[in-house]
Amino acid sequence: MSNTTAPKNEWPLWEVFVRNKAGLDHKHCGSLHAADPQMAIQLARDVYTRRQEGTSVWVVRSDQIVASDPGDKDMYFDPMEDKVYRHPTFYALPQEVDHM
Amino acid sequence: MYTQAMDLGPKDEGKALKTAEEHQLQERFDARIDAGDFIEAKDWMPQNYRKTLVRQISQHAHSEIVGMLPEGNWIGRAPTLKRKAILLAKVQDEGGHGLYLYAAGETLGTSRDQMLDALHTGRAKYSSIFNYPTLTWADVGVIGWLVDGAAIMNQVPICRCSYAPYARAMVRICREESFHQRQGYEALLTMMKQGTDAQRVMVQDAVNRWWWPSLMMFGPPDAESPNTAQSMRWGIKRVSNDDLRQKFVDATVPQAELLGVSLPDPDLKWNASREHYDFGAIDWSEFWRVVNGHGPCNRERLATRVKAWEDGAWVREAALAHEAKRQAKMKEAA
Repeated sequence: MSNTTAPKNEWPLWEVFVRNKAGLDHKHCGSLHAADPQMAIQLARDVYTRRQEGTSVWVVRSDQIVASDPGDKDMYFDPMEDKVYRHPTFYALPQEVDHM
Repeated sequence: MYTQAMDLGPKDEGKALKTAEEHQLQERFDARIDAGDFIEAKDWMPQNYRKTLVRQISQHAHSEIVGMLPEGNWIGRAPTLKRKAILLAKVQDEGGHGLYLYAAGETLGTSRDQMLDALHTGRAKYSSIFNYPTLTWADVGVIGWLVDGAAIMNQVPICRCSYAPYARAMVRICREESFHQRQGYEALLTMMKQGTDAQRVMVQDAVNRWWWPSLMMFGPPDAESPNTAQSMRWGIKRVSNDDLRQKFVDATVPQAELLGVSLPDPDLKWNASREHYDFGAIDWSEFWRVVNGHGPCNRERLATRVKAWEDGAWVREAALAHEAKRQAKMKEAA
């Protein structure tokens, strides 16, 4: 993703998400420039699935993505650090039922 | 393909950092580098780290794009349909690699058009290897074997670069690149084992011409690379130029033997005590001559690039105009 403001004549930037195969989720795999949505999809296919890496492609304008602030990373994510009781491994059970 | 580590970076900011806050940011950044953390696009980074990366990534991207030209020269003349399809796929890959790299460069706040402008006006460098001509079909095979081989040697360590968008682009590129080297070697093998005497002479001639420029792809000797230490400190560079060059020579000599060609270096021989091949002195004056614009094809390559860019201007404008019209129509309909 870019924090660049494109000059007037540059095609806008798009982020590309590819689904590797049916059943998997779409995964971010890179960016490209395209003038319109249709062209973005077409180029995403040409650039990111040349070796059958995908069965489905999403594109979204980079400037449309809302992201968390990296400066807030600690404040934002650290509160979960001490909530180990949210994980199944926190609970010690007798061996007979431990597959639960 | 790859750009050589030319190590022409901006000098490290000698002046003291200005504020206490900057000092703290710098310390936190250094600690993250030391811990082997990746740096992402929106994280704080020292100015020179950013500058060094923009220079290296854009130079790398330019090399991919200019690297399409010497091989593109042979698409229409490939000897069989199979070889033509392979070469087309390879040249298309190089275009894709350029795109991944420009995108990585853009995350640092420099637009692709700005990077392209630096290339087209001659301010930015690309790998000097692409300023040599591809005279025969054997050159295409040798580029795959030696030039892409050297590129892979150079690029694999960059998959662990501290700047994550660059590292991610390199992982993708390395995954695609290995076919480039293999197809080249296989094409040469076909000529050497099933070809005519004239074809074997052609392969040897191509090897003779590409061997030394390939060794130069790793960049100047370590002793003449003053910025290497800083790049290593920042985790941008992981292995020194000379170490990579040695690794390449060691890997390539047995491949040449199997192929049945000689490498044009009378000093090339196994050194049992070092457990490496010794090799002769590289003519660095030739390297600098080519880097500074006086190689056999510098002008032609750049002129071809600029022409392609200028000839495509109306397409870029028309596509934008088409999209503006479509949006206006959508607004009207709404």
